Amino acid sequence: MEWSEIIKVFVVGGAICLIGQLLIDFTKLTPARILVIFVTAGAVLTAFGLYEPLVTFGKSGATVPLPGFGYNLAKGAINGVQTEGLMGALTGGIKETAAGVAAAIFFGYIIALVSNPKPKR
Amino acid sequence: MKKSRNEKEKKKKYEKYVSEFTPSTGFVSNGIKAFIVGGLLCSAAYLVQSWIQNSLGIEQKDAGRIVTVGLILAAQILTGLGLFSPAAKFAGAGLIVPITGFANSMVASAIEFKSEGPVLGVGSRLFQLAGPVLVCGISVSIVIGIIYYLMGILGVSLPRV
Repeated sequence: MEWSEIIKVFVVGGAICLIGQLLIDFTKLTPARILVIFVTAGAVLTAFGLYEPLVTFGKSGATVPLPGFGYNLAKGAINGVQTEGLMGALTGGIKETAAGVAAAIFFGYIIALVSNPKPKR
Repeated sequence: MKKSRNEKEKKKKYEKYVSEFTPSTGFVSNGIKAFIVGGLLCSAAYLVQSWIQNSLGIEQKDAGRIVTVGLILAAQILTGLGLFSPAAKFAGAGLIVPITGFANSMVASAIEFKSEGPVLGVGSRLFQLAGPVLVCGISVSIVIGIIYYLMGILGVSLPRV
């Protein structure tokens, strides 16, 4: 295990979260909008070939934050088009992110059913 | 009428006065917390993924998926136990911007609407926040796919992913 690798992951992941925090503190954007913006931005940056270098450099630091979700969606659609043609644009993004989305829906549903609302503090 | 206007102005003045003090102390520590917690979370994900790849001999793509699913599950369990929101209050974007925030948002909004029923209540409220994210993300990815397809026909070279 190389420390330099971990530091790169730490810095890239931390920096993306820091941008999110600055957006929360200095704009009137709600966290919900920031999530949407981050996913969309990740997808658009990927299309311009700007996010891939960040993933190569920062690995999990670039893929764990939400722009990484957009990156995987766009990557799936782009690869889908190259292997399946036009239909790949529809299937690629969801295929690439299916594991995470399905897990979030399935586990989220079960956990929501067995948990009770907490009083707000 | 005049009085209420006066009060409004007073309130405005007070708010301005308060705002001179609050953000300057808040945003630095908020930013540091978000950077450190977000960085630690990603580093932990990286370490676990490397361990899965190297020790269990699972290939990179599957290892990445396992870690993503693990993070989602962990965030949702913490949300169900009511522990996520105090943690997010401390870490802010450090926990909201990673995939954990997306996972949390689904359970958090669904729990609140359990009284509307397990299918129509929980089933729909899971997507209160996840819905916009999925709609925008998937739509953009499809547009990108179509553009890549058209550019491919025209023979324009585009960045490879």
